[in-house]
Amino acid sequence: MRYEPLLERMPTTRIPSFTDREGVSRGERPRYAEEAPFKIHGGCGLMGICDESGSLMSGQVPIRAMAVQRDRGNGLGGGFAGYGIYPEFPDHFCFHMMYHDLRAKEDAEALFDRYFQVDLAEPMPTRPVKGIADAPLLWRYFLNPDPHKLDEAEMTPEDFVVHSVMLINSTVDGAFVASSGKNMGAFKGVGFPEEIGHYYLLEEYEGHTWVGHNRFPTNTPGWWGGAHPFTLLDWSIVHNGEISSYGINSRYLEQFGYKCTLGTDTEVAAYLFDLMLRRHQLPIELACKALASPLWSEIDRMPEPEAEVMRSLRAVYGPGMLNGPFAIVLGFNGGMVALNDRIKLRPLVAARQGSIVMVASEESAIREVLDAPDRVWAPKAGEPVIATVAGNGSPVHSDLHLSADEVSCAVTGMPETCETVEVS
Amino acid sequence: MPISLIQPEFKVHIDYDKCHKCGRCVQQCGWSVYSFNERPIPDDSKCRACHRCVTYCPAHCITIKKNDLALRDNANWSPSLRQGVWRQAETGGVMLTGMGNDKPYLSIFDHLLLDACQVTNPSIDPLREPMELRTYLGRKPSAVEVTSDGNGGFRLAEGAGVQKNIKLDVPIIFSPMSYGSVSLPVHRSLAMAAERLGILMNTGEGGLHADLYPYADNVIVQVASGRFGVDPEYLNRGAAVEIKVGQGAKPGIGGHLPGEKINREVSETRMIPQGSDAISPAPHHDIYSIEDLRQLIYSIKEATDYKPVGVKIAAVHNVAAIASGIVRAGADYVYLDGFRGGTGAAPQIIRDHIGMPIELAIAAVDQRLRDEGIRNQASIIAAGSIRSSADLAKAIALGADVVAIGSAALMALGCHMCQGCHTGSCSWGLTTQKPELTRRVDPEWGAERLTNLVSAWSHELQEILGALGVNAVESLRGSRERLRSIGLDEQTGRILGVKPAGV
Repeated sequence: MRYEPLLERMPTTRIPSFTDREGVSRGERPRYAEEAPFKIHGGCGLMGICDESGSLMSGQVPIRAMAVQRDRGNGLGGGFAGYGIYPEFPDHFCFHMMYHDLRAKEDAEALFDRYFQVDLAEPMPTRPVKGIADAPLLWRYFLNPDPHKLDEAEMTPEDFVVHSVMLINSTVDGAFVASSGKNMGAFKGVGFPEEIGHYYLLEEYEGHTWVGHNRFPTNTPGWWGGAHPFTLLDWSIVHNGEISSYGINSRYLEQFGYKCTLGTDTEVAAYLFDLMLRRHQLPIELACKALASPLWSEIDRMPEPEAEVMRSLRAVYGPGMLNGPFAIVLGFNGGMVALNDRIKLRPLVAARQGSIVMVASEESAIREVLDAPDRVWAPKAGEPVIATVAGNGSPVHSDLHLSADEVSCAVTGMPETCETVEVS
Repeated sequence: MPISLIQPEFKVHIDYDKCHKCGRCVQQCGWSVYSFNERPIPDDSKCRACHRCVTYCPAHCITIKKNDLALRDNANWSPSLRQGVWRQAETGGVMLTGMGNDKPYLSIFDHLLLDACQVTNPSIDPLREPMELRTYLGRKPSAVEVTSDGNGGFRLAEGAGVQKNIKLDVPIIFSPMSYGSVSLPVHRSLAMAAERLGILMNTGEGGLHADLYPYADNVIVQVASGRFGVDPEYLNRGAAVEIKVGQGAKPGIGGHLPGEKINREVSETRMIPQGSDAISPAPHHDIYSIEDLRQLIYSIKEATDYKPVGVKIAAVHNVAAIASGIVRAGADYVYLDGFRGGTGAAPQIIRDHIGMPIELAIAAVDQRLRDEGIRNQASIIAAGSIRSSADLAKAIALGADVVAIGSAALMALGCHMCQGCHTGSCSWGLTTQKPELTRRVDPEWGAERLTNLVSAWSHELQEILGALGVNAVESLRGSRERLRSIGLDEQTGRILGVKPAGV
């Protein structure tokens, strides 16, 4: 209910009723949400890489990691998110926007003008790529909330941005926010990931953390907004699997004001991380334990103070527990977390090479990118792999950061130049 | 005596060629159907078709049939309506009955179907993988707050956890049935089974017999409008305290346990004189509004060092708003009793025509509490005709935390649903205080049968969860996406939050 102050000020004629989401499209233009009115099933491939030293890697790295996992997708969705990619605007929220048409752009920009101070608005740089068609209008905006509007709404800038994103995605016809964080961005669309990366000129960006995704949707036409990663503020999520508890997860989130507009499991995971990490201030390892809870029999064997924490986590966040097969990589400005479901029903491989931590659906991606990994391992069910970037504000509790015992360290540089991705 | 217009409902047939003439049927029948004159002679008019004699006849020579008397068809005046008129013309009284509503209202559970996994996500085999049913009953904070313990771990912030919640090994409990309305061996069976199953039994409004004190950790003690058996020790003895406002079988109606059922032990447990009628007023006379309820909830909490306090209500038209008020008044759980719920005695007209189905009540209450952002503040217990593990799974998918079973539990102990609970002559020794009848239930036998029933349903629930591809019951709870309706109208589907099959 907390987005009502914003809603009230929106022109009412543009706010369709949200309750009949099941229905077919209203009016002449579909909203992005309506292109996927039902839950999306599918399999996928994913990767995540983070240099804990904060050194920057070219966007070619995630493209290569995803290109070798091409078979895990069917060309109906690919995408990436990079962190540390906008050093010129580190303190601005950057909105990556997808527009169905110019009117959608006008509507969204009217909202930006009214509630934000926009310091740079420009079309996303892209190049024509064979196989990529029907791209929406792609724009990006570096902005901050208008201080007066912020005062009026009595919200923190982050809350204000979150509510604005939800408002746009659910009420502005034909407009979709692909990402909205600081010093990061999502680059996604319909196509194989290496094509999408090429389309967005990803090789011209440099980031300390990248996540990538290859999508195999089984029951929905691919559409640009539905590709991974999903984002909220600076959190981005790529996901392989199906969350069988989607029904209750989404109802649980609705109680906290989230709108699950896309009908995907992944969106739910993104919102749950946001709820637990940002709003409830849970340490990230506990958030992971809430999302992929230990079994009760394991909790009962834990020593008492810890068992009490776990019991409460499960009892309180039970409706948010992700049940069913999944592997997830969560990227954020402080690093990345990879997590498997409670009984490891989907693949996830991890590796460390010096300060670089990498995860992928297949080891081939790791072997493609890391020339001499110190260690390659299969994380256990429900055991998160956590990488944190030195010097960046991180929600990760430092004492539970991956220890040197677990991953031996040796410094090896990344190759400066990457092979050109072949685009069919 | 003038002749009665009411003809017997059943015909008792004895195959005298096979009959041993042993008189076992005479001895077993609580309704005095049989007299004995060289051989047993049945009086059909007294038979309730409870099958006690059939079950215990060593020669298997007794058959009970419907009395197939033809009445002229009339779609408007059903035979039971005609009989009702004749009976009331004879007696001038309110017709009493036992057990739940037997009218052919639409059963929503029977129009809901569960989902299963195929290909895109795997189903899970509960015989090979963990399949968790544990449930915590009670108020939960909206978020868990932790502080660092200084050693790389965490501990709960002050008052942040669920320590006050009650751990249930499976999301099934026994519904309240008072000592007085049921016999002590029944109460003992329920308590022993609850302890073995890691669940709860509920005293109902008749107090807690001293023999059950050892099982108190598995007992909800009830406070009803008659306040029978309530004192500070009673409140503190149970795992939780329940304020009973209403019952699904008789919303808005009080209770009446006749003096004949108040023997010495019932009188001691209820703290009322032997032989006096135990009358529960329709309302609590200290609860005339929601703020009064809040005061009683907090009085009980103060008296019990903040044990969980729940409130039981009958599902009535405005149940969502009432439940919301109850949660805001501080209840740790709301117990919703649907209109098919059982009873030891109720006016038939009330039982059959007041209230609403539990399925709609669960859906409306769960959604309202979510809309108001207070769903975490209380658990929902659903009751009122949970007939199988399918009903259990569907109730949980609609949003219930736990279900309570009463009629099914009594059936496990022998009940055949003859609807004669109010007579005090139950042949199966369940709803009676006659010592020759109550001793028919051996608590050890009863506990084993109740344990078997709940265990069987739990296994079936695990199979259902496995088919759904989840391995913990909390992932089904409120997950209406896993339900589809078949043959329900659109409006009902909307209230349930369930899409039609095929969508």
